[in-house]
Formats: sequence, structure tokens, C-alpha cells
Amino acid sequence: MGAPLPAPAASRLFLSGNEAVARAVWEAGCKVAAAYPGTPSTEILEELARYPDLYAEWSVNEKVALEVALGASMVGARAFCAMKHVGLNVAADALMTLTVTGTEGGLVIAVADDVGMSSSQNEQDSRFWGRFAHLPVLEPADAQEAYGMTKAAFELSERHHCAVILRLTTRICHVKGRVEVGERVAAEPAGFVKDARRWVMVPGNAKPRLPLMFEREAALAAEAETSPLNVLSDGPDTALGFIASGPAFMHVREAFPDAPVLKLGLSCPLPLQQIRALADRVRHLVVVEETEPLLETELKAAGIACHGKDILPRIGELAPDVLRPAVARLLGNAPPVPAHAPEQPVFPRPPTMCVACPHLGVYYTLSQMRNVIISGDIGCYTLGAGHPWNALDTCISMGASMGMALGMDKGRGEADAGKKVVAVIGDSTFLHMGMQGLLDIAWNRGNVTVLLLDNRAVGMTGGQDNPGSGRDIHGEEAPRVDFARLCEALGVKKERIRVVDPYQLPVLFKALREETKIEEPSVIITDRPCVLIDHYQPAPSYRVEEERCTGCGNCVEVGCPAIHVTRRETAVKPSGKEVELAFVRIETTACTGCGLCLQPCAPEAIVHAAPEAPLQFQRKQ
Amino acid sequence: MTASSKTTNILVCGTGGQGVMTATEILAEAALSLGFDAKKTEVAGMSQRGGVVTSHLRFGERVLSPQIVPGEADLLVGFEAAEALRWAHMLRPGAAALMNVGRIVPPVVNLGLFDYPDDPVAQMRALGLEVHAFDASALAAELGNIRLGNTVMLGAMADRLPFPAEVLRDAVLARFASRKPELVEMNRQAFELGRRAVAAEALAA
Repeated sequence: MGAPLPAPAASRLFLSGNEAVARAVWEAGCKVAAAYPGTPSTEILEELARYPDLYAEWSVNEKVALEVALGASMVGARAFCAMKHVGLNVAADALMTLTVTGTEGGLVIAVADDVGMSSSQNEQDSRFWGRFAHLPVLEPADAQEAYGMTKAAFELSERHHCAVILRLTTRICHVKGRVEVGERVAAEPAGFVKDARRWVMVPGNAKPRLPLMFEREAALAAEAETSPLNVLSDGPDTALGFIASGPAFMHVREAFPDAPVLKLGLSCPLPLQQIRALADRVRHLVVVEETEPLLETELKAAGIACHGKDILPRIGELAPDVLRPAVARLLGNAPPVPAHAPEQPVFPRPPTMCVACPHLGVYYTLSQMRNVIISGDIGCYTLGAGHPWNALDTCISMGASMGMALGMDKGRGEADAGKKVVAVIGDSTFLHMGMQGLLDIAWNRGNVTVLLLDNRAVGMTGGQDNPGSGRDIHGEEAPRVDFARLCEALGVKKERIRVVDPYQLPVLFKALREETKIEEPSVIITDRPCVLIDHYQPAPSYRVEEERCTGCGNCVEVGCPAIHVTRRETAVKPSGKEVELAFVRIETTACTGCGLCLQPCAPEAIVHAAPEAPLQFQRKQ
Repeated sequence: MTASSKTTNILVCGTGGQGVMTATEILAEAALSLGFDAKKTEVAGMSQRGGVVTSHLRFGERVLSPQIVPGEADLLVGFEAAEALRWAHMLRPGAAALMNVGRIVPPVVNLGLFDYPDDPVAQMRALGLEVHAFDASALAAELGNIRLGNTVMLGAMADRLPFPAEVLRDAVLARFASRKPELVEMNRQAFELGRRAVAAEALAA
């Protein structure tokens, strides 16, 4: 790739938390790093792939990523994996047993919680995994700490022979700050030591290891009391004392510069003695944590009186403007009155599909179908639930569209008897966790039509490669999954698998109509690449011939952001019925010539901006 | 704004694809080059999907929380008219907003589900804010590349920072010199156009 050499040691760089973690992973001499893309963690592996001297991969899902890292640890190499919060749910099966085996080479699991939910289906607190799996949790408060704690995590992992959870949040991952970096230190992996009692977790081998897990936890609790990762920032105002972790610490320090704050970098297990010492000195102890009352509950269980979620919200970020009024009320003071202008109501600007996105064709077509239940999945195509399509009825978890569609088919009663069940899933989500669901549909003969939207990229996270793109994390050629053959191998009849161009609306419509009529599993694969990837080739752009536009608004229903309404009119039909007309123009500089909008345009008002280029698409009859 | 031990808060807003984050990055580089501590944070869940993008930059002797809270921004830089209005409440009372009057109309407005505000500039002035409005999109288009819009906006803010405008200009040009040297001259012009647009608008107001 010709990546630039890493910046020299002692450089002060302006890095995001994700970039800082990547730098530290490299410096720690990590040999294997794996991840599945997911906001806000994606850039960690993107960045690591640019470093020399380590193996980096996009794995097909987070469970595989963790297992790859664990295997590397078993042979004595330092290993790392990264994922978003919901990714650890997928990887949890491996997590809950690797805590029993313990690890050899340092193993760090970075998990990034989307506090505030900028791009996720839920807001969950990954610190629970530390308690559930009896593993230490580190919580950096900014990019410099993300760097430092990543290195500390490898050392902690090797001292205690267990994986370490590095808990990040959006406000760590995507915040840039100054980071002073250091030297890379690498060690040769010690080698795999065959030891069935250690690595083969059958009951007879696992049982004797359970006490070791609790001994380790006790040792970690002792270490937490003296760990340099837990720092008291003292202050003169002892009316208040704070326990904070992660970015919440910075918000507390900003809002209450005079109050003592115990910052928990190693927040699981808790340093209870240190916390008790602070509690004894202050009038009110307030726990500020995102998002669940986890430390707070443990403090209360230990008999330490404190405030927390009784005065602070349980959801979202705890920025200074959230903390100040809550604490003012606790102290019996009037909350500060904002002096700034009131928030102005402005239309919402939900994320949209891109100009020429191949999913536009799919959702326009689905929006024209009646009596259909559309089981959805996670990716750009989740946006199909929005306007103008309103053509996606569910979104739960990666790959869930498959199993849920089957369940809808098998569970339906009279109310849904005449309806078609369609599942919509993207290529990467299908490979992540969807293909098992399709196997279930095929095996159990579900009456489901699967739309597999193959755009050869993990679109929503920025167009990363996957096993369907034919390239690896470095953009180098790699084996490419053949989706049609894969679906056939999973048990879908060959004649029930079609590959169609989603830019050809009549073809797609016909395929959907036919396949949903036949009462057996079917798969329609759409095969246009994501417009954001480097290999996308734009076509000549279009414009609207103003005098031919009748204001029917059909093209607006496609949902392309390059189509703009220039004026609206109300017209009266000969029948006396009133209709709203919307006359349009195409933003020619944005248009990349997919030709979707001209297909439903009855008056043929959409023409190439440069007149010589021929029209290539069928029009709606 | 004057140079002091106080933290300077600049909020840059716009929509996905306008270069909000890059512009703020360059502004941060300028502040860092003078030895300031700085933190920059974004709310941009789906920034490439035409959604709302804000970038918070705080710089000073030492920056703790990366977030600017409502009513504490010293300067609001709006890359799109309605977006400037959306974030107007973030400004300190009486503080200044620099805004592009260019509009990016989203599909929900084209579908007739919501209205675009009639006059975002007047609405902001009615809030008692000092508003400098100009057509950065048109200026960029005149130079032949709409993507120069973010450099125009950087030029616009250059004379309202607690450090000389040249520091920011040099940071812009240095970035292009290392990545796309053929674009340096174009960006120099875009930067100066933005600077002059604010100065001219201030005279006219």
C-alpha cells in the first residue's frame, strides 16, 4: 500500500482515540489484530492496517475476530481485537470461556460503546462484560489515555494471564487530542504449549480452572487499589466528591474544577478502599458514569452512600450542561438559567441514501409492492425504513432479517395469510451472521424471498472490504465469495436464485413479483457496487427538461438526494379531484447517471445533461 | 475574541460531504502550531449520508471536556444556512456567526414533509446574534470547484480568531502542499475570497 512510516517516538501527534489505540497496539509489539467494522470502533483497524510489522485483518464477524486474537495469544503472540458494543454480544460465546482458559500472549479487546447512539440500534454498557466474565476493564478519558491504557492493558493481560477489556465510547474514539507517542517494543512469541487441561474446556478441565478465575479477580482487586490508572485529582471543595470513569471524568473536571474527583481508569474490579477514603472526606459522593449505574450499585452494595442515577440521566452522554443543573439541585441550589438563544425549530435532516445508491432501486421497487412484510437488517439499507420508501419493517441485530422472516412465515395467522414475506440484507451482513439464517430458511422450507443487496462493501461504516468484495484489508486481491453458488450450497434451489441489476427497475420488479408468488425459499441478488468505493464508475449525468416536466413527482419517490422540487402547484383533474404537483430539477453536478429517476418519468422529461449520450434504460410502461 | 488563558470554543456545522470535519481539522492544526492544547470532536454518525454534521473545536492552555455546551461557543461557522440556524443556540449571547447562505435541501423537504426556513439569516439576527452571511457556495463555484467551499469558509473565519489570519492560511496551504500541490493556488484564492466576503459583508451591514 505504500503506507507512510509511523511517526517517530516522542512525537506529539493530534490523534483521535481510535488512532491513539492503533499506535499503542503497534508500539506494544502486537502481532495479530482483527476486527469487524462498526461505528465508532472502525478506524482502529483501518489505522492498524497501515502499520508495518503486524498482521491485520477484517474478520467476517466479531466472534471470529476474537477467536483469531485468542489463537494468536495461545501461541504466545500479543493480540488485539476491536468491535463496537453490539459486536461483543456476538463474540460473547468465546469471551465467556476464554476467561476460564486465560491467555498467554497479552490479549486486549477494545469495545466501543456508542453512548448517545450516533449510529447504533441500542445503547448498551459494555462494562457489564467485565463483571460477567470476571475480566479487568480499563476506561480511558481521552486520546492520550487511550494510548497509555492500551499499552498498560497488554502488560496487565500478561501479568494476570487474562484478556483485558478496553472500554471506549464514541467520545473517546472520535475525539482528537494531543498524544505523545513512544517506541515500538516487540517480542518473539514463546510458542504453543500443548496442555489439554488449560486449553480443552471440557467440564473435567474447566471445573478446576474456575477457582483460578476468582483468585485472579482478587489479585486484580488488590492491584486496583494501587494502580496508577486510578488517580485522585484533589480539590478544596469537599461539599462534593466525584467518582468518574471514561469521558465523564473530563466533563466533571470541566464543570466542577474545585471538587475532588477519583478517576477510575481500572474500573473493574473496583478500588473500594480508595473510594471509601474519598467518601469519608466529602459531604456528597456522586458517581458519574456512562451509562448504567454500575459502579454506583457496587458502591452501594459495599455500604458506601452515594448519588448517581438518582440525579443523573441513565441514557446519553453526561456533558457539563447535564451535570451542572443536576448537581445544583442536589445541593439545594437553583439550576443555572441558560442565557443563550432558545433552540430554533429546523426540519430534521436524517441520513439519506447516496446519489445513485443501488439500494434506491430496491426500495423504490419495494415501496411499489402491496401486501408485503419486509424483514430488515443492519446497514445502509436500514435507511429504507425512512421516507420516501417506508419499505423496511424491522431492524434488530446483524443477520436477524433471515430468522425473523422465517419466524413470520411460520407464525403467521389469518391476518397475514395473503402477505409475502421478504427479507432484505446486505452482502457483508449476510456473511457476518445472515447465512446461518438462510440455511435455516432453506432447511426448514420457509416461504421467504431474500433480497441480498451485494454492493461489494461494508457501506455504512465507510466502504470497507469483505469476503464478497474480492479484496482484503489492504485492498489486495483475495478470494471472492460467489453469492449465487453459496446460496445454492445452503439449499436454495438453483432456479430460485436470480442475479439482477438494481438499476433496471422493471427487471427487479418482475423478479420480486415472480419469486414472492412461488411458495418456497428464493434469493434475489442485486449486484451494483456501492457508490462510495474507489472502484465506482460514475456515468454521464442527467437534467430535467423543464417544459416537459408535468409535476407528477414519480421521480421524487425514488428518493435520490440529487432531485429537488423547484415549485409546487395544486391542479384539478377532469374528474374534479385535486392533485399536488411537484416540478423538479436534477442537481447535475451531483448526479452520477444511474438512470433510476428517468424510468418512472412518464413524460420523458429527464434527459442526459450532455445531449449526445444515449439513454440506456427501459421506462415504466 | 482575544488571546488569553481562556479556552476558545468554535463550532463548525454543515451537512455530510461539505468538508466540515476537514476544515475544523485544519483550524485545529493552526491552533496546535501556536502551542495551544486542543480537542476536536464530532457528532457525525452517518456523515457521508447527507446528515447533520457538527465539529467542536476547543483550544487554549489546557482543554478538558471536548464538548462545547449550549451558550458557550465563541464563534459559529455554518457551512449551510439552515444548519447555522439549527445550532444558533450554541453561541454565547451576542457572539458572532459566519454563515454560508447556500442551501442544501434534503429529501424530506423535497417530499413536502417539512419546510425549509424562509430566511435563516433574518431569523438568526432576530435572536440578537452578530451574523455575517455570504454565498460561499457561489464563490467556490466561481472558482470552478464547489469543493473549495470549505476553504472559503476557513478564509471567512480567519480574521475572527485569537491568532493572525496568516497562521490559518498557512495551515490550509501546507495541507494542500503536502497532498495536492496543484490545488495550492486555487485554495489561496478561495481563502482570500472568504476573507474578503466577510469584510465586505461587515461594511455593508
